[in-house]
Amino acid sequence: MTWDWHAVSDFMPHFWDGLLVSLQALALGSLLSFTLGLVWTLLMRAPTRWVRWPVGVVTEFVRNTPLLVQLFFLFYVLPEWGLTFSALATGVFAIGLHYSTYTMQVYRAGIEAVPVGQWEAATALNLPRRRTWTAVILPQAIRRVIPALGNYVISMLKDTPMLMVITVLEMLGQARLFSQQRFQFTEPLTVIGVAFVLISYLASLLLRALERRLVR
Amino acid sequence: MSVETRTEPSATAARPADLIRLEQVTKRFGANTVLDHLDFAVRPGRHVTLIGPSGSGKTTILRLLMTLTKPDEGTITVDGEPLFPAPEKQVREVRKKIGMVFQHFNLFPNMSVLRNLTEAPVQVLGLSKDEAEERARELLELVGLADKCGARPAQLSGGQQQRVAIARALAMRPRVLLLDEVTSALDPELVAGVLDLLRDIARSTDITMLCVTHEMGFARDISDQVLMFDGGRVIESGSPEKIFSDPEQDRTREFLGAVL
Repeated sequence: MTWDWHAVSDFMPHFWDGLLVSLQALALGSLLSFTLGLVWTLLMRAPTRWVRWPVGVVTEFVRNTPLLVQLFFLFYVLPEWGLTFSALATGVFAIGLHYSTYTMQVYRAGIEAVPVGQWEAATALNLPRRRTWTAVILPQAIRRVIPALGNYVISMLKDTPMLMVITVLEMLGQARLFSQQRFQFTEPLTVIGVAFVLISYLASLLLRALERRLVR
Repeated sequence: MSVETRTEPSATAARPADLIRLEQVTKRFGANTVLDHLDFAVRPGRHVTLIGPSGSGKTTILRLLMTLTKPDEGTITVDGEPLFPAPEKQVREVRKKIGMVFQHFNLFPNMSVLRNLTEAPVQVLGLSKDEAEERARELLELVGLADKCGARPAQLSGGQQQRVAIARALAMRPRVLLLDEVTSALDPELVAGVLDLLRDIARSTDITMLCVTHEMGFARDISDQVLMFDGGRVIESGSPEKIFSDPEQDRTREFLGAVL
């Protein structure tokens, strides 16, 4: 096995394309998982079990089935029902939905960690329910859970290569395409491997800085 | 805040209606009966101190009045209007007349001191931001923390936090102020500042105070009436002079002997 720098430089334009797609999927997937997760958490606190029960079943189901299966399902089954989205959109939706079932647990823990005295003070001041959530509880809860949410972002990053199976040309997809055309596997796979390490590392640094600021 | 002088009803005047009235109130936690068919009334402007061993139901009365918990039986009225049983909308209205200061302050840590004081007046009473801030600044002046408007609660000492909490409760202009062991969580050297402030408020306003405390000197100072609780019932009530100097019940004497 020999290392060919030409293969690296030939791969780089494809790599940048793939990186852009990976980061896009990561950013949008994260946003979706943060939003949906919060929605699930709040719905799970609804007064009626006719809301809590279905939300509980659906999220439990999604959390306990593999992301890969969900990707295939959304990509091949939804079009049969007349719902067609681009591969990237389907991928973002799958990742966001899958991880929202984890972030909902993070939010729940964060909300439960807000001292009961905060609820009592809000009641004593007669704050409306909605205002209690938006001005008192959620700002404190979300601050507490940002580190945990950040860990899921890094986790999601490492799951983005799965989008390859539904034809999204993210980093791994580009590497595979390149390898098949050139029969050179080592170089492109090494490049994206290094890229994953670097992005994860940068993200964890960022996260730690954020954590320090929040704990302050 | 507007400071009105308290007018003592003369002995011959008609007895003013009770501001707070609990009738046959029972509260249980599991098998434990904390309040046992309690009847309890407070006239407007009075300063009432509840004393008694822990678990005797003093704090539960404050929590019932603040609607932080519900009684199992009985009725509660404030200013002639039912607080329990009552529909949620009614509760919100009646609750506006009541403010509470907690043992652990419970300031909102995500808001500045100023916003702790303006949040509810803006959201609940519909004050404009400017009106609410003006009121908040006056109150912070009153509690001696005018320079702390922009600070976060975490940057203040316990005593300062508790004074902010008192100001926050007063910003809603309640008719009744519930004080739940407000100095218990403070370092000893910070207690005096908070108690002095409350004495000031008791003297200079007509606000009705219900106070659960272990500070007997303070209770003696500000109260018109002291109630001794034991086992979910009021076993003795009277002027502070009477209760502290010459209690009738052995149980009261025993309790005071232990805490004084």
